[in-house]
Amino acid sequence: MNLDKNTEQTMLDDAARKFLQSKCPSSLVRSARDDDAPFPQELWQGMAEMGWMSLTIDQAHEGLGGSFDDLTVLLEAMGAACLPAPYFNTAVVSATAISRSSATGLKENLLPRIAAGKLVSTLALIEPDNSYGLDNIQSTAVANANGYLVNGIKLFVEYAQGADYLLTVANTEGDGLVVLMIDANSPGISLTPAPTLDYSKQCEVFFNDVQVESDLVVATGEDARELLLYLEQVCAVGKCAEMVGAMQTVLDMTVQYAKDRTQFGQPIGGFQSIQHHCANMAVDVDSARYLTGLAAWKVSENLPAAKEVSMAKSFVSRVAIRVAKMGHQVHGAISFCDEFDMHLFLRKVQSASMAFGDSEFHQEKVAVELGL
Amino acid sequence: MDFSFNDNEQSFHDELNDFLDKELPADWYTKPVRWPHDYAGSPYRDPKDEETGEVFRKKLADKGWLTISWPKEYGGRGYTNMEQAIFDERMSYYLAPASGGISCGIVGPMLLRIGTPEQQEHWIPRIASGEIGFWLGYSEPNAGSDLGSVSTFAREEGDHFVFNGQKCWSSGAHHADYSWMIVRTDADARKHAGCSLFIVDNKTPGITMRPVINILGNHSFNEVFMDDARVPKENLIGEKNKGFYHLMQALDFERISLVGIGTFKRFLEELVEYVKTSTRNGRPLKDIPSVRHKLADLATRVEIGYMLFYRTAEMLDRGQEPNVESSALKVMATELARDMAEIAMEILGPYGQLTEPGERAPLRALVSRGFLESISATIGAGTSEIQRNVIAQRGLGLPRV
Repeated sequence: MNLDKNTEQTMLDDAARKFLQSKCPSSLVRSARDDDAPFPQELWQGMAEMGWMSLTIDQAHEGLGGSFDDLTVLLEAMGAACLPAPYFNTAVVSATAISRSSATGLKENLLPRIAAGKLVSTLALIEPDNSYGLDNIQSTAVANANGYLVNGIKLFVEYAQGADYLLTVANTEGDGLVVLMIDANSPGISLTPAPTLDYSKQCEVFFNDVQVESDLVVATGEDARELLLYLEQVCAVGKCAEMVGAMQTVLDMTVQYAKDRTQFGQPIGGFQSIQHHCANMAVDVDSARYLTGLAAWKVSENLPAAKEVSMAKSFVSRVAIRVAKMGHQVHGAISFCDEFDMHLFLRKVQSASMAFGDSEFHQEKVAVELGL
Repeated sequence: MDFSFNDNEQSFHDELNDFLDKELPADWYTKPVRWPHDYAGSPYRDPKDEETGEVFRKKLADKGWLTISWPKEYGGRGYTNMEQAIFDERMSYYLAPASGGISCGIVGPMLLRIGTPEQQEHWIPRIASGEIGFWLGYSEPNAGSDLGSVSTFAREEGDHFVFNGQKCWSSGAHHADYSWMIVRTDADARKHAGCSLFIVDNKTPGITMRPVINILGNHSFNEVFMDDARVPKENLIGEKNKGFYHLMQALDFERISLVGIGTFKRFLEELVEYVKTSTRNGRPLKDIPSVRHKLADLATRVEIGYMLFYRTAEMLDRGQEPNVESSALKVMATELARDMAEIAMEILGPYGQLTEPGERAPLRALVSRGFLESISATIGAGTSEIQRNVIAQRGLGLPRV
């Protein structure tokens, strides 16, 4: 048993924190929010030069061959920085999907480009009648001579405006779900911006008779379902890691503030009510970190992980918001100001808590795993 | 992170399972009157089970398993703290009568750390063999959470200390042979700097006890009075007037060794099984969303408890003091014990109130007891408020005002 990072992961973590502190300060998070560009290009290139895009891509496709466990180290650091860039969408969701595809041509075409930071891809999954899970997908993919003809509406598509590809899930006639890498510049695709709390530049995406060539098919039939179930696990735990990073930063900021801020002639951190709030936050952060670690380890080791993944996502989604709100409470009025960073973390964890299944959705999955 | 046991740990885990399957009846877990993180010391309902338990406990002592993480030269097995944790988990999951109790869990490890070679030679073998039992002489009528203000005074006189004062909430003192006691030895020093630790024989002339019945109707507590009780100087443990600081370490052991993490898993499984097989107003309990979600939440928190538990073992094996971490474990586990009882009570509805086993009392009527038992969990061995102070002040560095 080792409940800490291993040596390589500690090095990765140190490098990531150093890079993000200098290249992704909160001023950049705000300027990215206010800028018309989908995300800061310079930051993206810098991340690619760090090798992060290729972390879990295998060496045969110009990647570093790291584990999912390694990836969560990066995601935690990114959560701590409220990273305003489509790393999760590209290097976690899309790279994982393509890596597990049996389409060798697709891998050879796209993985090296992702690894080099030359390709941005994002997930188009959610629909008006489907918030979480894979049931009730209404978008259609009709097979034709060259591939599929896709129609439908996708919601909450992050960074769609900056994406080269849309990793899209649609329903076929009779062969279940299909997963496609759709060229974002294909005729028939239109976007409507749908701003959300966390500044992640989301869009509604409309597919109107979009032709997708067969060399962009990631998976079909049973393979597609299996791939998506795995992807849901990876994404849920990945979001937990982001939340753990954000929670830790909130805790650190709050403890420091409680030591510095004086009222009634003493640091407010000397008051038991504040101490107990901070102690609760610390136990929440530790609990969230270990549950996330357990789920990440099971996924990394290819062990059955459904229960642990849903335990982590249901718990972390709940306590991350609790911690962020308590951070606001201890800071008082300053935390209600745009110029102060606390709200960036509240926004971050609120969004991550809903992504890939909220607390209640995953609690129900845990109940199923308990045999209920 | 890596959550797997290494080869030694895994084979020890398997060995424990085999041993438990062989030495205890398959339905043993239904015998003890227990609840996760209980203190109340309820007797077995059937005296025959008491005998079975004693035989089992003797076998553990013979194998050296009550003291597995102690060095071999002191009657232990020299196992790691992680193996000790695995032992505690398996034994508590089976509800086996395996606790080395205060003697093996607190006094022994403390003597190995701060006792003189003569003290170790004198006490350790008798503790390891299970021959003698201890009670904790900490609380007094005016020293509960503020333990540094104990006022029982030990006056030096020749080769003895003469004790005068009173201890309270002295759990199991009437079954034990000795006390592990903190008293004041310097009346002038700042309050925390004037305390010392002693081993005190219950048979010392001048010591009297009054039983105190707890809310479950059991005689577990006592008041203990000391009236010119003479304790030999060689029973002073650790440095004179450093007792409070030694005690802080002893409290870590208490918070870890009393958790009984496996009992949480056992009762969760029993509650899940009950929900799977029961109906309410003609509707399967398992189909009620609020019930499903409460159980999912309990299961998640049990999993967290396991990790906070193993973390303390990992730290001890690295030579670190799991001071803040044992407080986090204690506050988390005891509040879970309380919530588990409350949720079980809600799920069982009116049947949860029944106090005696029978056809209509699910889970052997343990829920009503757990409901009361768990009141002590968040109070004894440092209240939840004290644990949070420890986490905030020693863990996060917030000021002590």
